[in-house]
Amino acid sequence: MANLKELSKKEELFTGGHRLCSGCGAGIVARQVLIACEKPVVIANATGCLEVATTIFPYTAWKVPWFHSAFENAAATIAGIEAAYNALKKKGKITEEINFIAFGGDGGTYDIGLQALSGAMERGHRILYICYNNEAYMNTGIQRSSATPKGANTTTAPSGKRSTGKIQARKDLTAIMVAHNIPYVAQTTLSFHNDLIPKVQKALAVDGPSFMNILQPCRLGWGYPPEDTIRMGRLAADTCIWPIYEVENGLYKLNYKPKEKNPVTEWLKPQNRFKHLFSPGNEEIIKQLQEDVDKNWEKILSNCNT
Amino acid sequence: MKTIKTGNEAMAEAMRQINPDVVAAYPITPATEIVMIFSQFVADGLVDTEYIAVESEHSAMSACIGASAAGARVMTSTSSQGLALMYEMLYIAAGLRLPIVIAEVNRALSSPINIHGDHSDTMGARDSGWIQLFSENSQEAYDNIIQAVKIAETAKLPVMVTTDGFIISHCTEVIEMVSDDEVKKFVGAYKPARFLLDIKNPYTLGAIDLQDYYFEHKRQEAEAMRNAGKIILDVAADFDKKFGRKYEFFEKYKLDDAEIAVVCMGSASGTTKVVVDELRSKGIKAGLLKLRVFRPFPYNEIIKELSSVNALAVLDRSDTFSAYSGPLFTEITSSLYTSLNSKLLTLNYIYGLGGRDISTEQIKSVFDDLAKISQTKKVENLINYIGVRE
Amino acid sequence: MDKKLGWKELPEGDILEAGTAKNFKTGDWRSSRPVYNPEKCIQCFICWINCPDSSIIVKDGKVVGIDYEHCKGCGICAKECPPKASAITMEAEKK
Repeated sequence: MANLKELSKKEELFTGGHRLCSGCGAGIVARQVLIACEKPVVIANATGCLEVATTIFPYTAWKVPWFHSAFENAAATIAGIEAAYNALKKKGKITEEINFIAFGGDGGTYDIGLQALSGAMERGHRILYICYNNEAYMNTGIQRSSATPKGANTTTAPSGKRSTGKIQARKDLTAIMVAHNIPYVAQTTLSFHNDLIPKVQKALAVDGPSFMNILQPCRLGWGYPPEDTIRMGRLAADTCIWPIYEVENGLYKLNYKPKEKNPVTEWLKPQNRFKHLFSPGNEEIIKQLQEDVDKNWEKILSNCNT
Repeated sequence: MKTIKTGNEAMAEAMRQINPDVVAAYPITPATEIVMIFSQFVADGLVDTEYIAVESEHSAMSACIGASAAGARVMTSTSSQGLALMYEMLYIAAGLRLPIVIAEVNRALSSPINIHGDHSDTMGARDSGWIQLFSENSQEAYDNIIQAVKIAETAKLPVMVTTDGFIISHCTEVIEMVSDDEVKKFVGAYKPARFLLDIKNPYTLGAIDLQDYYFEHKRQEAEAMRNAGKIILDVAADFDKKFGRKYEFFEKYKLDDAEIAVVCMGSASGTTKVVVDELRSKGIKAGLLKLRVFRPFPYNEIIKELSSVNALAVLDRSDTFSAYSGPLFTEITSSLYTSLNSKLLTLNYIYGLGGRDISTEQIKSVFDDLAKISQTKKVENLINYIGVRE
Repeated sequence: MDKKLGWKELPEGDILEAGTAKNFKTGDWRSSRPVYNPEKCIQCFICWINCPDSSIIVKDGKVVGIDYEHCKGCGICAKECPPKASAITMEAEKK
């Protein structure tokens, strides 16, 4: 990866003036991904925060060809765009090398868009699908998704007198993508640009589908001050609740190992959505969360042979 | 060239001759054959098409929309539940002004599940912003598909060409095919003004429109549909000039001096023609208006043609369950009302749901009813069901 | 951009020219503003790579300041600026 100084000399492809929240992680993901692109790129975006807030007619923050049609279909849409590219290239109507990226939130990826995603991955299109995963449906007001961690307070799985927030553990979408046997799958967070950028470049270089699950802290839905967006992703990696790794042609590689594995409470405590877990009587949820984290971390370490 | 084809084969052959850049499709009875035959064309190298065997109709239309926005000529095929699953995306294709063509085989909608032909699926999409062409037989299905590509790309609106499930889709008929070269020349090369893969001229497509722009974009779309009528006629005139087969918004069958007449769409028209001939031989002035273009609805032209008719029956191969009648009847009678032609007596007949046959006897009884109300000037049962057990 | 186009003037379909959001000023969202001190800056570009609003101005491979027309004042740049430099500090926005 070129150093940041060199990267900063490229044209900025994502302008200011969009309507994402102050301190929004989705904007950081979008920028870092575009900064990573070395070839021209065409983007398909699922309905969600990133789409709604960056393209309010007549204002768009995108300086690359950008397309949105619906919520659950970003993978099918980018597949269609890639097929059009193959057809037009074959006929000599297009000569440039172009990369194709789809952006979807965890709603559009883990839940409503999972079928289209699985289909596109199985068919082997040369596309990169990026899930900017903020662990709930933030665009519609913080409803639970299957990416929401156990115990989180969301507006459709709220904590209350008889509830400790979301009961279920989140599903492991990265593992589901690995099970598609595609050439490249990676997990990272926006807090490690020097991990995220080379991963995007690697993903775009493979001859087939690739998938990145990028943990994207959301100041509004997680409940922390806007300046802490980068810090929250670091805490997720340091507590091992969000392992940073990649799977290239089936081979796992750990990309970040914290010097010291911090307790999960260090990630939970600064977030309002977990506040209720620290009330007396809810110790069991935190204990379960820690156990889940430990089990998953051991599994990742074992997969990575470390 | 004369050849024997089913409706599905005829549509697939037209697609081969058009040689679209991208086809994304999911099989569904009774349209499955179209994608099977076309897949074989791809496998045998008879077309250059990128064929995407998607995992659902929703993804089929989504991929078609992506490919069309990217700058490709795009086609697909579906039916019934498949069209219903595309419903969300149909509106988006039209709103984004993407000239996609669907070979749609009409089939009843669930529930109960049924695989046979009626118009419920297409009628369910009647307000989605798609141009809708109905075909009486394989020949028309073939001709309509070829014309649809030109109509779509000129109007910048998507088009669905329909046949009746099994009745046309699986029935062999002799059709006259145009040569591959002539089809290629007729449809021409697709050159969209703006397309996503034109990376030197980047733009955003599919932004969110709020209160200040949505209305203007929809007004624009409504105007495009109004203008599509002339485009449909121009393309038909060109088709007639080149290939000698005449198409308009509708076919008038012995309608000019008719006193009693039927309006219908699709395969029932053939049956009705037989009845009209029989009645004419007995000196009864019967006629038929076979509607080809349901969207945009040619209301002005239809009412002009009906000005000399005394009594009219509208046959609907679908029900609405909520409006006061079948969809075609609603459209025709509202057109008549606004034209202030209130003298025309009208009857609605819902028939053939779930692929139930309609016989010449049944259509004859419709004409008998018309003859009766022409005399009495009194409509007793406005909405009628034919061929259903009480 | 001030004049809203009518339906006859708008391009057909929901087409929008690239990058027009730069004409939409989000600077007035700020309650506090980052202040950049070039003398302290070590040109590590951490502020630039982490800004969600593309509001760190870079010229010829150097960070030179802040785009107050679009900066929403989130404070990520100040927070992530390496402690040894502390080249960006947050100040209350004067209204």
